[in-house]
This record gives sequence, structure tokens and C-alpha cells, in this order.
Amino acid sequence: MIKLSNVSKSFHTKKGIIHAIDDVSLEVKKGEIFGVIGYSGAGKSTLIRCVNLLEVPTSGSVVIKDRDVTHLPAEELLQVRRKIGMIFQGFNLLKTANVYDNIAIPLRLTEVDKQELHERVTKYLQIVGLADKHDAYPGQLSGGQKQRVAIARALVQEPEILLSDEATSALDPETTESILELLLKINKELGITIMLITHEMNVIQKICDRVAVMEKGKVIEQGRTVDIYSKATHPTTKRFVNSTYCKELPKAVLRELGQTGRVVRLSFVGESTSKPVLASVSAKFPVSPNILAGGIIQLKQETIGALVVHLHGEPAETEKAIAYLQEQGVMVEGVEIPNG
Amino acid sequence: MADLQQFIEGRLPIIWESVVQTFQMVSISLLFSVLIGLPLGVLLILTRPGNALENRVVYQILNVVVNIIRSIPFIILLFFILPFTKLLVGTSIGIKGAIVPLIVHAAPNIARLMENALLEVDSGVIEAYKSMGIRTRHIIWHVLLREARPSIILGLTIAVISLIGGTAMAGLVGAGGLGDLAYRFGHLRYEVDVMYVTVFILIVLVQCLQSIGNRLAAKYKRD
Repeated sequence: MIKLSNVSKSFHTKKGIIHAIDDVSLEVKKGEIFGVIGYSGAGKSTLIRCVNLLEVPTSGSVVIKDRDVTHLPAEELLQVRRKIGMIFQGFNLLKTANVYDNIAIPLRLTEVDKQELHERVTKYLQIVGLADKHDAYPGQLSGGQKQRVAIARALVQEPEILLSDEATSALDPETTESILELLLKINKELGITIMLITHEMNVIQKICDRVAVMEKGKVIEQGRTVDIYSKATHPTTKRFVNSTYCKELPKAVLRELGQTGRVVRLSFVGESTSKPVLASVSAKFPVSPNILAGGIIQLKQETIGALVVHLHGEPAETEKAIAYLQEQGVMVEGVEIPNG
Repeated sequence: MADLQQFIEGRLPIIWESVVQTFQMVSISLLFSVLIGLPLGVLLILTRPGNALENRVVYQILNVVVNIIRSIPFIILLFFILPFTKLLVGTSIGIKGAIVPLIVHAAPNIARLMENALLEVDSGVIEAYKSMGIRTRHIIWHVLLREARPSIILGLTIAVISLIGGTAMAGLVGAGGLGDLAYRFGHLRYEVDVMYVTVFILIVLVQCLQSIGNRLAAKYKRD
């Protein structure tokens, strides 16, 4: 649906050239929700703006539905953009227009006839759950309601793709939740492909099928959400993953525990979630596992569990225990003991 | 009472005539200076770096021209462009002769006020409409100018009031108006009554205009 190949974008500023995106390739498949996560300044915002050519890549190509759109003439670009909706962190509604007009204006300006215009506006107001607010002004709405209006406005042109630029970053956790549910509904019921960028791992966790992690303009890791959660290799990715469940353990605690055994992070995906593996470790080996932190999280499709465990015992025995855990389908990863 | 009677009979027609002249000068020059100033303001915005018609050369030229004209006091401008006025309207005196310099004075002023008003519009909103495949001319009209309406109205209020100030000097080229009246009767003839009435009318006029401007702006502002 969306294919970015070797896309780079640099900006000339007074301080010199900034490479906002550096040779990024990724593909968003039809019907999926694809997330791009990264800290601020990672280049994710520039990346999503390249998809609808709000930023024209310095090099590389953007292909939408098998058509290279990177250097289209202005008129054709307008047509392409009309089939790609976009929502923003700051909602970007017209303050001087009521909810109905905010949604209707794009249609009026693209020559949609009156009858159809009214039907569509009503339909999408219904979908986002704001049918009763049609004559309110944005100033009278809450952040969540404003984002719903913005979503309706993006959908009213009946796009096949929806781009979300930090759409939930300005919202409180509860409102974020409800907007994410709305995005899921749009994806499922209207079959709209969604590409979103965020710096919050819980957005990825709840609605994304696949995810790319960005740092310094590059994609450092990408794959299915469950794989990123269980098999992340890059330190930045691990930090994002850890941000969803256990907080970092205090350094002093880690140092102390490191002297009497190993501290490991165990990830349980699918089948291994239901086996009492830790209990059998203590039964089979002279090793006593002590749970330090942990949790279970629900991804869009799978459940995944993670535990940080202290394996108290002789080094040789703890190694055997780790090997056993791996045999049982548990992902084991050593936790680094900070020195000094 | 007799004095009042005399004043009304003797001076009211002249005062009324002056009010009409002021209104004529202000409305005609306002109309033309908006027609010139508003598009100039839009152009100043659009040619700014990072905007739809980004063009350093055009922006810099406009910017400098607007600044140059704005730095010439109206009373000097009035005489400075006499030949131009004559060329354009065939005369350099009377209402016609005053309107040209008034427009030349007000248009760049309005351009700057409009530029400021339009700068207040959140660039994110413009981007949102760009992302929807809306044409630039539609964005200018339906997003940029629409969202800036309250500030545009307040800017125009300032422009009108400063135009009224300009017309006071138009008497120098024989265009009449309230300023001329206050000068000729109030100052040269020591008829302080005329001076007081003129000042009073001007105060009421400016107060009314500002209130209308404020109310209209509030009506369009929805947050």
C-alpha cells in the first residue's frame, strides 16, 4: 500500500545540513496498522510527511498503491492526497467553523455535490460518535472530541490510507485509549490502512500489527509487534519495550543481586505463557528464582509476559537453568549489571 | 440661545459638508487601499520562506517597498507624489487629489496589518488542508483569510482610524474635510466653537468605529 524505498531527507539550516531521514525503507501492507516509534528528533514526523509529500524526499521513492508518487505534477498530487487522510497532534481544526463545517469544507472545495456531502458528513460524524455536536465550535470541545472531529474530517474524503502524526500525544491516557479504539474500529470496519507515528509504546502495543523503531533518521529495527516485544535487539528498542512493563530496576539492587546469581529478563509469548516453568526450575536445579518485576501485556493479537528474575545459585547451575528455560520456549536475556 | 441659533444656522452646513467630505475620502481611499493592501499582505505571507509561493526576491522587494512608503509621513508624501497624483487622476487638488496619496499611504500600512493578521493563523491548519489535496487558492480564501477574520477586522479598524487622521491633512490640497474645517475656522478665524465641535465629532467617530470593529471581531472569533 505504502512503499518507501531508500528515502532520505535533509534540510539546509543556518547551522548546516540536517539529515532528518537517512536511507529509510519500509512497506506498509494493505489493511494493517503500522507504527513508527522513536524519541523526538528521530525523524519520524518528517518520515510520515514524506508519505503524502508534505515533505519531498531529497532522494529515494514513495510508492502508493504501486504508483511512484515522488515527483508527480501538482494536479495529480492533489488527487493522490485526497485519498490519504491525515490527523495531527494539534488537531488543526478551523476555529472559526463549527464541527459540521469543519468536516464539510474539504468536500465543498473538492466539488462533491450537496446531497452526497450531507450524507457523508452525517455518516462520519456518526462513526466518530459526535452526531450531537455538529453545531459546536472547536473551542467548546475537549481534546478527545477535537481529535474525533479531525478524524471525521480526514475520513470524509473516503481515503484508503490514514496517516496519524502523534494523534494521541496531546491527550490524557483515558482519552488516548478511546481514540485508539476508534482507530482500530476504522481499520477493521472501513478497511483503512493506518500508518502512525508515536513516542508512546502503549500506542504500538494496543493497535499496531507491525512496527518500525527510528533513531537519528534511521530505522534501527522493524517487524511484527510481538517480535519487537520479545526479540528486540537494539538498546533503544529495548528501552521502548521496557517502558511498557517494568520500570528499570535500581542500580544498587542489581549490583547486590549480581553477586549471588544472575539477573535475567524472561519473555513469554503464546504457549509458554501458560506453563509453570519457574516452579519447575527450582524443582530441577539447585537454583531459586526470585521475581523482581514483571507483568503481562495484551498486544493487538497476542499476549506477552515478561519477568525480571534473580536466579540465586552456583554459576554452573544457573546456566543449566537458563538452558532449560530456553528449551521450554521462554526468551531469556541477561540484564546488565551496572558497575560502579 | 441666540448664539446657539446663530451657530447652528451659520456653521452647521459647513460642518455637515466637512463630515461628508471626510466620509467620502475615507471610504473611497479605504476601498482602494484594501483592494491593494490585502492582496499585498497575502503575497507577503505566501512568498515568505517555507510557504506556498516561497520567493526570496519577491518577498524582499515587497518588504522594502512597504517599509519605504511607511516611513514617509503623510504630509510629506502628499507633496512628494504630486506629479504622480496629477498623472493618475488629472489633478492634484480637491478630493480626487487627496485620495491618491491617501491610498499610497494606507495600502502598505494595510498590507503590513494584513500580514500580521495572517501570520497568526496556525500553520498546522494550513498544512492539514494541504494534506487533504485542497488547492492553494482555496486554502488562501477558505482557511487563511477565514481564520484570520477577527484579526483582519481589527487591523482594518486601525487602518480606518489612521485614514481619518490622514484626511485631516488633506485640506492642504483643498480637499476639505473635518481637519481642514478645524484649521480654517477654529484656528485661523479663532472660532473655538467650530474647533470643539469638530474634535467632538472626531472622538465620537473613532469611538464608534473601534466598538464596531471590536464587536465584529468578537463575533467571528469562536474560542
